[in-house]
Amino acid sequence: MNSSALIMMLVTEIVVTVVTIYYFVKVLKTPPKPEPDSYSENDEEKR
Amino acid sequence: MSNNKEAWGSRVGLILAMAGNAVGLGNFLRFPVQAIQNGGGAFIIPYLVCFLLMGIPLLYVEWSMGRFGGKFGHHSTPFILDSMDRRKFWKYVGVFGIFTNLAVAAYYCYLESWTLSWVWHSVTGSFSGQSQEQVASFFGSYISLETIEPILFWIVCLFLNTWILSRGLSGGVEKVAKIGMPLLIIFGAILAFIAVTLKAGEHGAVNDGTMGLNFLWTPDFSTIWTPKVWLAAAGQIFFTLSIGMGSIQCYASYVRSKDDIALNAMSAGWMNGFVEIVLGSAIIIPISVGYLGIDAVVEMTKNGGLGLGFKTLPYLFDQFGGILGVMCGVFWFGLLFFAGITSSLAMGTPCMGFLQDEFGWKRENAAWAFGIAILILGLPTVLFFNYGVFDEYDYWAGTVSLVVFALLEIILFGWVFGMEKGWKEITTGADIKVPIVFKYIIKFVTPLMLGWVFISSLPGIWSQIKNEAIDKQILAATDPAVIEQLNTQILYVNISRVGLLLVWLGIAYLVYIAYKKRIKEGRFTS
Repeated sequence: MNSSALIMMLVTEIVVTVVTIYYFVKVLKTPPKPEPDSYSENDEEKR
Repeated sequence: MSNNKEAWGSRVGLILAMAGNAVGLGNFLRFPVQAIQNGGGAFIIPYLVCFLLMGIPLLYVEWSMGRFGGKFGHHSTPFILDSMDRRKFWKYVGVFGIFTNLAVAAYYCYLESWTLSWVWHSVTGSFSGQSQEQVASFFGSYISLETIEPILFWIVCLFLNTWILSRGLSGGVEKVAKIGMPLLIIFGAILAFIAVTLKAGEHGAVNDGTMGLNFLWTPDFSTIWTPKVWLAAAGQIFFTLSIGMGSIQCYASYVRSKDDIALNAMSAGWMNGFVEIVLGSAIIIPISVGYLGIDAVVEMTKNGGLGLGFKTLPYLFDQFGGILGVMCGVFWFGLLFFAGITSSLAMGTPCMGFLQDEFGWKRENAAWAFGIAILILGLPTVLFFNYGVFDEYDYWAGTVSLVVFALLEIILFGWVFGMEKGWKEITTGADIKVPIVFKYIIKFVTPLMLGWVFISSLPGIWSQIKNEAIDKQILAATDPAVIEQLNTQILYVNISRVGLLLVWLGIAYLVYIAYKKRIKEGRFTS
């Protein structure tokens, strides 16, 4: 691959992957809001 | 009154379902072709700019509109929009949010059924030992309905969609997303690895897979100021994020007002971006260039990526030989199937939400009504595919309707509902700090960009109405049989347009009846 294509591809793909992982991990790490919330699985945990 | 007691099971489930809604066949078949045709690697610059200035703002707007409407028990756009302003006509603008889903699902499920059929044929070895022409001719025979098989797979696909929808959000849609999205990413990653590591001389390849990547990502910066490239990038953002459809609002309407939508919107939106940019760019082009060379691929993608995906890749996978060839076929069409079904399920929910909210229908009945509606609406796209009916549905419902609805909803949100209230809706319960700049982007930049996209589309819309492309083909044709076929095509295309218009008017009439019913029952409208 030529260097401009390689740079373009790597920069774009690394940025997109990092941002995607960052947001998804943030979703996983954020504690649920107090009940009643929007998600029924949290209700079952409470019971 | 309403039988709608739906809820999401988990936050991850909602995000995967929303990402599944956005991830469609276009991520793998349309994006790489658009990139090739619009400046290669440089296409990513207008693409990302459009994502930041149009995609992300519309994601925030649609998520917050949905959650806002959900507070009042609205789960489809007619009454979500109605709850945002006193003026009565907004509910009829919201008709687009049901119409688009119904009309797109009508042809999209047929496309989805091809993927199911191609998985079956990959497993049973139908493409094994066939020449490229034979595989292409298989596709031609398939869409010409030379056997009953396409109809059977289509019915199976419709039934599957309807059955899953009848199981509800957490029991159906969410479960499919939780299985389908991880599998899609795993299949995509395996295929991308195989494609990128393809070496010239191995399995009959004439080029390295990286030659395809090089071709796709080499930036041609001379194209970057061309309006056509920006229009293509804006169009791709529309297609890929499923904005302007009404399905995001529907999914978000089941989120309670104190729960986050800002982080959810970003997580789902970027997940779609990851699938499109990282996986979508690394499969179809590297493999095709590896076997056929750049010139052939450029020629084959002139009419889009559908032919490459269904007519050429099965032949190329067969060159891998044995188990690997079968496995790649199953992975490729399997990932396309998961991409398709997670999107078509999202198209069913606004229609079901409307019937449940307004007419007190049970979930199962609403799901079957949707299934029957897309069976009736989709039948012309199956029977008259070769007469351009499929493409006509795609043009009006899957292209024009999205832009019109997105333009009107952003005006409603930023200028009628008001940006102060709108900003409060976006940031309430947010688990991330939404940059304040988006307040101004939503109010000024996004409507201007959408207005530009719409105005730029007007000549094309006019040309489509006048059937100019078919007329040109008739003028160029000399064979009387071809001329007769094209004249018949004009007839079918015109009939399908009238049909779509009648569907829109029919939904508008149902909205009117629902409105009158609400008045009679003293229920909140706006």
